[in-house]
Amino acid sequence: MTGSATPALRTAATRNSPIRLHNHVIPLLFAAAVVAAATCGFVAVAPNRLVSGEPVPLWFAADPIFIAGLAVLGALLLATALLPAGRAMQLAAPAIAAMLILVILAAAGEAAAAEAVSASKLARVSLGAAFWIMLGAAGLAALDGLQRARAGILIQLVAVAALAAGFSGMVEAGLFDALSLAHEYRARQEQFAGALLRHIELVVTAVGAAVLIGFPLGVAALRRPHWQDPLFAVLNLLQTIPSIALFGLLLVPLSALATAFPSFAALGIGGIGVAPAIIALVLYALLPVVRSTVSGLGGVDRGVIDAARGMGMTPRQRFWQVELPLAMPVLLAGLRIVIVQAIGLTVIAALIGAGGLGSFVFQGLGQYAADLVLLGALPAITLALAADFLLQSATALLRRRAAR
Amino acid sequence: MIELDHVVKRYEGRPVVDDLSLTVPAGAFCVLLGPSGCGKSTTLRMMNRLVPFDAGTIRIAGDDVRVVPEEALRRRIGYAIQSIGLFPHWSVEDNIGTVPRLLNWPRVRIRDRVTELLELLRLDAEAYRHKYPHQLSGGEQQRIGVARALAADPELLLMDEPFGAVDPITRDALQSEIARIHAATKKTIVFVTHDIEEALRLASVIAILERGRLAQWGTPIDIVEHPVSQFVRDFVGGDGSGLKLLGLRRIAERMRPGETAAGDPISADASLRDALAAMTEHHTDRLPVVNTAGSRVGVITLADLVR
Repeated sequence: MTGSATPALRTAATRNSPIRLHNHVIPLLFAAAVVAAATCGFVAVAPNRLVSGEPVPLWFAADPIFIAGLAVLGALLLATALLPAGRAMQLAAPAIAAMLILVILAAAGEAAAAEAVSASKLARVSLGAAFWIMLGAAGLAALDGLQRARAGILIQLVAVAALAAGFSGMVEAGLFDALSLAHEYRARQEQFAGALLRHIELVVTAVGAAVLIGFPLGVAALRRPHWQDPLFAVLNLLQTIPSIALFGLLLVPLSALATAFPSFAALGIGGIGVAPAIIALVLYALLPVVRSTVSGLGGVDRGVIDAARGMGMTPRQRFWQVELPLAMPVLLAGLRIVIVQAIGLTVIAALIGAGGLGSFVFQGLGQYAADLVLLGALPAITLALAADFLLQSATALLRRRAAR
Repeated sequence: MIELDHVVKRYEGRPVVDDLSLTVPAGAFCVLLGPSGCGKSTTLRMMNRLVPFDAGTIRIAGDDVRVVPEEALRRRIGYAIQSIGLFPHWSVEDNIGTVPRLLNWPRVRIRDRVTELLELLRLDAEAYRHKYPHQLSGGEQQRIGVARALAADPELLLMDEPFGAVDPITRDALQSEIARIHAATKKTIVFVTHDIEEALRLASVIAILERGRLAQWGTPIDIVEHPVSQFVRDFVGGDGSGLKLLGLRRIAERMRPGETAAGDPISADASLRDALAAMTEHHTDRLPVVNTAGSRVGVITLADLVR
């Protein structure tokens, strides 16, 4: 009886709603983007770089061709959420979302150029709330689509490369030249490369040092389990100190050190500058490095280690041939967290004169110039996303090779 | 082959192996048998020094194990364990080649040895060589574990409950396999188990351990026929021991050569227990017996079983 009733019920339900919602995320993002486009400015026009601009809505700012393009792609994306999810459809959604990202960028560049023509030379066109919300919605839709399609590393790489190629093509073509962000960039072109390089140097040095210190510390903690509690207590405590406070706390002892030993000062060690920044970054990175070392190496199957011993491997052979390769996915996942965290913290290190992208952020905050803040923040975010993506791909490749 | 001489191992002052002396002759299939916590696994692991011992001497082929460097000692002893411990990031070929690689064998020789061992374990060498452990069934993994233990042609094979984690059917197949390999290679095997059936089936000699001491040492038939203590009698299975005995004796030992009988024949290699089962099934008290070539060589009767 029940056996025959259930399919009947199901048929009835299907008949009542011929279009079923397969994806709840895309309609939500679509609605957010539409509301933002309707209520917020797509770009903002200000008479000079220091005052906040007047918002200009999308339909007023952008070329009708771009508006039409956005509408068509948005509708297509929405349609993918309503249609049954075949493999082709699952890949269509992220592809459409990626195209949307590029069209939103192009529309913004074109809108800025159009506004700039009609305004004075000092006027600035910056990106409005609607732009950011639409870009964010398209980005999330692309990520959601890739995840639903269970896209492999290869597809993800292709997607990222296509977006990067499209974006840099538009930059090369001068599509964004009218934007205030581009003005800020042109005014600081020389400093920008230096700051970006310094930022990367700070992160690489700090993470490198944290790995060199933290990895042996983790190995030692594994060999002597009673060390683990006090060690993690100290590292956890360090992690709870707010970053600005830690930079400040290092000011006093390091400047005292530099005064007492001029040779330190000659090496560039002092209360402010690169040295305290690196020390603070290393201290923050230690906890995740040590923790992932302990959980990665400690998580290697006891049976495998017993077999390695029984086969006659020396402790060194066991470590390099068995324990380290098997712990590698966990170690890389830890490294990912450490690098992303360090890229963010290095922004704050500019406060004590360490340089890096944070210097634009703090200059921008000081001058109340939001686009200068963005000039520092956007590359930092991109750097973090790129590092995260690369390490995630490496981890996925390793996991695939060492799959159990 | 292996001599344990008054060996003692204590954990936190409590002896887990207590003044144990035994000698495993070369070519023997020696099963260390006992309930959990009796020290059988510890005893095995002391032989390749995975567990250090506190007193006494262990000699393998005349060499004191504490004189040989421990890694060198382990490389000449095959080792297989219950959790298998295959290296998940290495292919079957790399896993089997572990010890030969540690011994710096040339690549070609390792390759050939892997092929030989996969064939010995009746696995298609070309199909399995490049697989990874996660692509194998539990039984296949355990076979690779045994192949890996045999890789460097060790004089001695130590097996710590190697078939403890597989299903009964696979376990039965693996037991036949190891019995066949022992018969073919004549290697000395020390095998730990708590499963009396497994011990009776495989062992040429059994050491029953009780709280770190040797409770009895003897052939499977000795142990079932003449248990020296209540502990051994209980462990070997009290009431069921009559059937176990039948399982240990071959039909060839009791059959009447030259006589003939009607009905389905049974192999002279089968156990008396198999004969009893066949008689029950066919409602008869006489079975014709055939040799491995298939020709009729005699008769076994119900009376012969209980003689």
